[in-house]
Amino acid sequence: MPKKITIEPVTRVEGHGKVTIMLDDFGNVRDSRLHIVEFRGFERFVQGRPYWEAPVLVQRLCGICPVSHHLAAAKALDVIVGAGTGHGLTAVGEKMRRLMHYGQFFQSHVLHFFHLSSPDFLFGIDGDPALRNIIGVAMNNRDLAVQGVMMRKYGQEIIRLTAGKKIHGTGAIPGGINKNLSIAERDELLSGPDPLNADKMVEWSEAALDFFKDYHKNNQSMVDNFAAYPSNHLSIVREDGAFDIYNGVLRAVDNEGNIILHDVDCQDYNKYIEEEVKSWSYMKFPYLKELGPEKGWYRVGPLARLNVCDFMPTPLAQKEFEEFKAYTSGKPNGMSLHYHWARLIEVLHCAEMIRDLLKDPDLQNDDLVVKGEKRYKGVGVIEAPRGTLFHHYEINNDDQITLANLIVSTTNNNQPMNSAVNLTAKSFMNGQAEITEPMMNAVEVAIRAYDPCLSCATHALGKMPLEMTLVNANNEIIDKKNK
Amino acid sequence: MQIPKRVLIYGYGNPGRQDDALGNEMVEKIQEWIEEHGLKCMQTDSNYQLNIEDAEKISDWEVVVFVDASQEDIHEYRFQKVDPSDAQVEFTMHAVSPAYVLHLSEKLFSKKPETYVLAIKGFEWDFKEGLSDNAKLNLEQSFQFLTRKLARWAYIKDNLPISMLRE
Repeated sequence: MPKKITIEPVTRVEGHGKVTIMLDDFGNVRDSRLHIVEFRGFERFVQGRPYWEAPVLVQRLCGICPVSHHLAAAKALDVIVGAGTGHGLTAVGEKMRRLMHYGQFFQSHVLHFFHLSSPDFLFGIDGDPALRNIIGVAMNNRDLAVQGVMMRKYGQEIIRLTAGKKIHGTGAIPGGINKNLSIAERDELLSGPDPLNADKMVEWSEAALDFFKDYHKNNQSMVDNFAAYPSNHLSIVREDGAFDIYNGVLRAVDNEGNIILHDVDCQDYNKYIEEEVKSWSYMKFPYLKELGPEKGWYRVGPLARLNVCDFMPTPLAQKEFEEFKAYTSGKPNGMSLHYHWARLIEVLHCAEMIRDLLKDPDLQNDDLVVKGEKRYKGVGVIEAPRGTLFHHYEINNDDQITLANLIVSTTNNNQPMNSAVNLTAKSFMNGQAEITEPMMNAVEVAIRAYDPCLSCATHALGKMPLEMTLVNANNEIIDKKNK
Repeated sequence: MQIPKRVLIYGYGNPGRQDDALGNEMVEKIQEWIEEHGLKCMQTDSNYQLNIEDAEKISDWEVVVFVDASQEDIHEYRFQKVDPSDAQVEFTMHAVSPAYVLHLSEKLFSKKPETYVLAIKGFEWDFKEGLSDNAKLNLEQSFQFLTRKLARWAYIKDNLPISMLRE
C-alpha cells in the first residue's frame, strides 16, 4: 500500500512548513512536496493606509529580515514621490541605505552559516543531532562560534545605527533617509576595539570562506552532488553587469548561461514574471512568462546572484568569484550546497563594502531627502539575503495605498526548494523501511541551503516541536515521531 | 565608581503583531519605572526575537529577565528560572530560546547569569499594533509582579525604601 510520510515542521527554518514524502507500494519515493503555511492577506492589510507608512508597516511581515522589506518598500515609494527609480536619491540617501542593507545581509548570512550550516559541515548530515547546532560548534571549535556571535553583533549594530532603532526602524523614508551617520557612529563601526571593527570583519569573512573551502575539498563528492540540478537563475545586477544587491536591472540566465531575461527595468517586472497557484500549497510558484510555468521557474538567492552577475565590484570578493566561476568553467552552478559557498563570498563582499562606505564622507551629508512629481505607481526591487524581493504599490489622489503586491524571496525559491526536496528524498529514502534521523536531516539540509524565511515573526513561547507522521494511502496515521 | 550591571530586563516580540508585543511593552513600562526610581544598576533592551549574539549581551549581567508573550495554556503570566539547555524549545533556528542563549553564554563566554523568563499570556496575533484588552490586563498584573521582584533585587544592593517591597 502506498505510504505518505510527513515531516512537520521543518526544523531550523523560520515559520511553519511541512514536507510530505509519498512512497509507492515498493517503498520508493513517488513524489514529495514542501508545503508552506504562508501568511497571505498582508497586501490587503496595507490597502487604505497612507503610502508613507508602508516602509514601517511592512516590517510587521517578518522579524527576521525586516530591513529588506523596509528598503524594498522605501524604494517603491521613491518612485511615487518622484525621486526616481534608481539613483535619484542624494549621495547620503543612497549610501546610508546601502550601509543598512549590507549590514542586514552580513548579519543574516553570518547567522545562516555559523548557526545553521556549519554544524552540518563540522559533524556531517548523519552526525549526532545533539551536536548539530552552534553549541556543538562551540564545543568543537570555540573560536569559530565566537566569531559567528560577534559578526552577528556587528551587523546588528550597523542596522541600529542606520535604521535608528532595532525594532521597526525608520531610517529609510520615501525619497531618502531620516538620519545620516555621525562621526562618532562611523568611528564606532570603522575602528572600534577588536573585534568589532570593519577590518576584523573582513578578516573573519575570509576565514569563514577558507573554512567552507576546506570542507568542500575534503567532501567534494557530497557537496557537489547533493541536490544538484540544472535551473534558470534570476537576480538584479548593476547596469554594467556587476553584482549589486541594492539597485539594478532584472536579469535571468538559463542553465547554460544564456541570458533569457535581458536586463529589464524593475518597474516592468509584472510584464515578465507571473505566479502560478497550486492546490496543495499556500505559496505561489513564480515563473518567467515567456517560458511558461514548466520551463520558466528560476532560482534566486546567493547562488543565482553569482550565476547571473558578470563580476564582483570589490577586490577580495572578485578573487573568490573568479575561483567560484572557474569551478564550473564559467557555466551557471546548479549545486544546492554551493549556495553556502556563494553566500560566504557575499559576506566578504558586504564586509568590504561596509569598510569602504564607512570611509566615505558623503555619509555625514545633511541633504537627506529629495522629492519630485508625484506618481501613482511604484515598484521596489531589492536583493534580500534569501533572494529577489518585489514590492509594488499603487496609490490614489488621497495618498492611500490602493494596491500592494509582494513577491518575497522564499516564494521565488518555491519550485527550486521542491526540486531539491524531491531529489534528496529519492537519494536517501528509496527502498528504506523506516525514516531515520539522518534521512530527515538530509531533507532539511536541502531546504536549509536556500535559507527560507517563512514570514512568521510571531514566535511566542510554546510552539510545536518537529513532528514526523507516517500516513498510508487511506490517510491513516501509521507512525508518528517527534523531534 | 563603575555601576554594577545587576539586572537586565530583555523583552522580545514583534510589536506589529498585536499581543506578540507583550515583551516589548513590558520593557517600555519597566524602563519608565527604572528611571522614576533612579535604578542605574538595571537596564532594559528589546528586539524582535532572541538570537545568538544575545549570549554575549547577557554575559555582562548578574541577573537577566527575559519577557515574552506566550501562547501556552497558562494563567495571566508565569515566572520561571531558566537553566542552560542546548535543546531547541522552538523549531525555528532564526530565533533561539532563553535557555539556549544562556547555554551559549556559558560555553562561549564562561558566564552564567541568574536567568528567568516572564511569560505573559497573549490572545491575538494579527497584523495590527496594540494589545488586546485581555493582554493589557495580563501586562498590568505581570508588571506589578515584576516590579516587586526588581525592587527586592535592587534593595539588596541599593537600599531602596522598604515600602517598595510590599506585596
